[in-house]
Amino acid sequence: MLKKRIIPCLDVDNGRVVKGVNFIDLVDAGDPVEQAIIYNAEGADELCFLDITASSDNRDTLLEVVKKTAENCFIPLTVGGGVRNLDDISRLLHFGADKVSINTAAVDNINLVAEAANKYGSSTIVIAVDAKETAENQWKVFTHGGRKETNIDVVTYCNEVAKLGAGEILLTSMDRDGTKSGFDNKLLKAVTSKVNVPVIASGGVGNLSHLLDGILEGEASALLAASIFHFGEYSISEVKRYLADNNIPVRI
Amino acid sequence: MNLAIINFGSGNLHSVHKAFESVSSDLSNPYNIIVTNDPKEIQSADKIVLPGVGAFGDCKNAILNIEGLHASLEVSVVKNKVPFMGICVGMQLLADLSYEFGTHSGFGWIPGEVRRITSPKEYKIPHMGWNEITFSDHKLFDNCEQGSDFYFVHSFYFQNQKSEHSIATTKYPDQITAAVCKENICGTQFHPEKSHKNGKKIIHNFLEWKP
Repeated sequence: MLKKRIIPCLDVDNGRVVKGVNFIDLVDAGDPVEQAIIYNAEGADELCFLDITASSDNRDTLLEVVKKTAENCFIPLTVGGGVRNLDDISRLLHFGADKVSINTAAVDNINLVAEAANKYGSSTIVIAVDAKETAENQWKVFTHGGRKETNIDVVTYCNEVAKLGAGEILLTSMDRDGTKSGFDNKLLKAVTSKVNVPVIASGGVGNLSHLLDGILEGEASALLAASIFHFGEYSISEVKRYLADNNIPVRI
Repeated sequence: MNLAIINFGSGNLHSVHKAFESVSSDLSNPYNIIVTNDPKEIQSADKIVLPGVGAFGDCKNAILNIEGLHASLEVSVVKNKVPFMGICVGMQLLADLSYEFGTHSGFGWIPGEVRRITSPKEYKIPHMGWNEITFSDHKLFDNCEQGSDFYFVHSFYFQNQKSEHSIATTKYPDQITAAVCKENICGTQFHPEKSHKNGKKIIHNFLEWKP
């Protein structure tokens, strides 16, 4: 049976992890490569780096991080943040990313999704969608790190990018992100029930039952979380044991 | 001993290269691993790996567009019986035909066709993530446990004409070929380079394989 995936996400700024960590066995708490290695050893199903470096001049520092991670972690690595065009994708793949996530650039130019999927394969292209509930049971796509509202309906958009060749959708609820109040399962369900590519749930995880709800209520194929892992509240193996105890298929 | 990883522009070369390098470095006689599309280097290789992500037709055309590449593979793999491993689309290319975005001919080294996965609505396509495999007795699966998980990501699958060429299967929900072998030619639908410890076992076994 296909397993539900647990994906720890690291926010990287100028080649350093942004959020604090308290892994006791880390030599350098800000080194994303070291953290990736630990997540890999703990049984993460994939890894995700989100580059939040403001200046594009400093983006190359991320490539080194990607390269070193790929040399040490033999699980899929998704990298996103500031991906604008085919050259950006090509560079990340060359340095060892397995998948590249595209956010604002796909909204600005939907053809990029088809071009990227045709060139690198659907399996390589993740479309990241930042969603916010603007009326009851209605979600709009936001861009530029959530600062800019568009008039695009999330479910319609997800369907469109899937048809154009996106291999999966990384769906972040902006309403829930950082709140630790659980995934927006209504949003997730609205998308997973209508879209035929895997959906990664993101935004809002605060405890173990939130993860379970994302699968049972949101019907997500994979769960992404940052802070619960960074701050050592839960280990990946703890999360997996909990899900397995609740009859969710996971890779132990 | 030389191991050639074929570079025809496929995106995941770095991952494959690093994984093989990592496993090989633990052997008493590590391989000299080269990433190449040079027909001469390919013909002098003792083992050959063909990775592949993307669409079948694009991969096939990319190979045909590199002068002498396809011919050197035919000489090494078919004539000289050099051990060969195809990964994902690299494995699907072994088939006679693929129906991905039109009809494309493959290498025709292992009889069969590549078809779109048909599954009920609740099964998302691509088949993406970790899934367990059942394998038959083959060197490639030495020290592996039945039911171990490997990382898959694909929307099309290799339908073997002869069941003996399928050496491992997975379920989504119907049975899908997870690995193939015919004499010196093997291939995996899953990505050993992305399948953590289990994947490393497969790579190790391929490096030790003497068909």
